[in-house]
This record gives sequence, C-alpha cells and structure tokens, in this order.
Amino acid sequence: MFTIEVDDLRLSFGDTKALDGMSFRLGGGKIYGLLGRNGSGKTSLLSLLAAFRRPTAGTIRIDGENPWENAPLVRQICLIRESGDVYDQEKVSCVVRTAGDLRPSFDRDYADRLVERFQIPTRKRVQALSRGQKSALGCTLGLASRAPLTIFDESYLGMDAPSRYAFYDELLADYSDQPRTVIVSTHLIEEVSSLFEEVIIIDRGRLVAHDEADMLRSRGVAVTGPQEVVDTFTAGLTVLGTQRLGGTKSATVFGELNETQLSAARLAGLDLGPVSLQDLFVHLTTGVNR
Amino acid sequence: MSFDDRSPIYQQIADKIKRDILHGDLRADDQVMSTNQYAAFYRINPATAAKGFHQLLDEGYLYKRRGIGMFVSPDAQERLRTQRRERFFSDVVAPMVVEARALGIPLEEIIHHLNGKDGHVHD
Repeated sequence: MFTIEVDDLRLSFGDTKALDGMSFRLGGGKIYGLLGRNGSGKTSLLSLLAAFRRPTAGTIRIDGENPWENAPLVRQICLIRESGDVYDQEKVSCVVRTAGDLRPSFDRDYADRLVERFQIPTRKRVQALSRGQKSALGCTLGLASRAPLTIFDESYLGMDAPSRYAFYDELLADYSDQPRTVIVSTHLIEEVSSLFEEVIIIDRGRLVAHDEADMLRSRGVAVTGPQEVVDTFTAGLTVLGTQRLGGTKSATVFGELNETQLSAARLAGLDLGPVSLQDLFVHLTTGVNR
Repeated sequence: MSFDDRSPIYQQIADKIKRDILHGDLRADDQVMSTNQYAAFYRINPATAAKGFHQLLDEGYLYKRRGIGMFVSPDAQERLRTQRRERFFSDVVAPMVVEARALGIPLEEIIHHLNGKDGHVHD
C-alpha cells in the first residue's frame, strides 16, 4: 500500500501552469477521489505520479521514493487513462497477455473474468472496439494489475451506465479483498462519490480541499432566510456562493458551524440545510474568472 | 434504499440500521451484514460502512462476536424506543400542529381523526 507525498509540485507547458505549487500527503490503502473541472490539472498530476512526465519543479515521493526513471517502482504503479494507452493494432487477448508479462502483480484469471463480464470481444483488434469497450478494456487492465498504486483517470467515462456500475462493483469487491492505494479522477461526482474514503479537490493547478469524503459532506451548510438576517449571520464566515429570490437569500457556507452559531441561526429563524458534495465542489471550483 | 450525497454516509448507515432495529426488521441477537457485504450491496466505500457500524458498536446497539460478526444487542430496540419517545412530541407532533394551524385544521378534528381509526396509530 503506497503512500504518496507531493511537495510544491509544478508543471508548466510554456506559459501555461498546469500545476501551480501543489502539496498533499496520502496515507495509502484507501480509495481516493480526485475531483476537478476539465483543465484543472487532474491528468497532469496523475501523469506525474505515474512518472509519465517529469515535474517542472517540486517533489513526488511514492512509498518514499521518486518515481521518475525508477523502473522497479513504476512497475508497481498502474495509470489507466481514458485512451487506454494500448497498441491499437493488437488483439484484445494479446493486449491482456502483454499487460500480464509487464506487471508482476497482474492476475490473468481475474482479467479473463473481467473481459467476460464487460463483454469485450477478445478476438477483435483494439481499434475495432467501441468507445465503451475500449474504456472497459482499460478498466480491466487497471483492476487486474492489482498494482499497489492503481490510478483510473476518468477511465470509465466512455462506458454506459450498466458497465460503469459493474466497474464500481468490481472495484469495491476487489479493493475489499485486496486493499491497495487507488485514485479515481472524475467530474461525475454524484455517481461515484460514495466509493471514496478521501477526496482531493483541485482547481487551476492548485489544491482546494483534501479531506475524508464524509467530513466534506458535513462541512457545507446552506443558510436561507431574509437577506439582512443572512448577511448578519454569515459575516465573518466563509461564504462560497449566494442566491437571491426577492427578499430571501441563500448562502452556501463552508466550515462546520459550532453550537453557538447553530442556536443563533435557530433563534434568528434561519433555515439550515445540507449541501451535496457535488454542490460543494461546484462552489469551491467556480472562479469569478471563468 | 440509497445514500444521498448531502450528509455523512456513515451517519446515514447508522440511522438506517437504527430504524430497522426500531421497526423490528432487525431483532435482538440477529446478525447484521458484514461491512464488506454492506459496502458491496449499497456500493459504498468499505471504510465508510465500517465507520457507521463502529458508531453502533460504540453506542451499544450492536455487539461483536469475534470471528463471526456483529449482532443486534438485546436491549437495542427498547433503548431506541425510550430515546425516540422523548423526542416524539418535539420532532413529530409539534411540526404537525404547526402545519395544522397553518391549514386551519382545529386540534379537535385531528384528535377525532386519530380516534376514528381504531383508537391508536399504526406505523
């Protein structure tokens, strides 16, 4: 179970800062959700973790080591991107065999079962597969890799709903059986968030939030009531967004309210409601510049 | 039953199991699902499921038999009943009275309606 330490990580393409000084630590052995909008830096970050690229600056330690040009370590890291990263001209059966030859932890029998479950035609060449089948092949390779660090970078987005749910079921079952460090990146939060133990939210190349998924769920509060009362109550609190309808205002507050604040809100007749992880994500990553 | 994304899932799990105990769907000394079975069934993270179960163990509604699993405590239903009875009038009756007032339904009519059934309310 690999730990991950990222310190002041930067990746630039010319003037573009894909990652702009990101730091976090993952204890390992959990299913982590990496949430970010399109272009937020998810794929950049994951490509660096898997040593597909070299950082412009900053450090990465996986299981205490730098992954860059570290073959023994990288063999134990499996990054599945949506493209699948497999040779298009090869037959499915051949792709699965090659994956098995390359990775010490690969489970051939499990791969065969997954190919069957996802109904991937083994005799076809990869280029002849549908988008959904290609995604499913990627997911199969990722699950069967049994790599101590397995990363799915939106790998399942091309799959239809029944296949996605089959993937979630397989991921949970296999993880329960053989716990390891798994990172799943997505912007489809509602569907997958219950799979995550911890969540990392990034935006514009920076870390926005990192916490247990359930902690994040309890940290958003929607405060609704007459405008002035809401304004008075939320003064000094972290307000992520507001909505107004006539004289009524609703403010999304980030951070748990203490007992004093809760009773003050009740006394003032304010309505306190929960905020979904999806809404919290939207508020945390909606910049005024966009 | 599915879990929403608006409050901690472990809390929702604990609440659901308490509800099952209260309504007698889970009885004293019944075995409950393992956390992994539960996680697979409801498609949630096993650690999250475990957290929900741990809360119930800590509160004494479940007990553990090593190597076998988790079971409903003999006094769990009675304890939940006592606890919920205390909150029944503030949590259930008071909001109903507020709603009835807003609708202009006199309390006598509500009492008459409740008596009209068969003298007590079923769930």
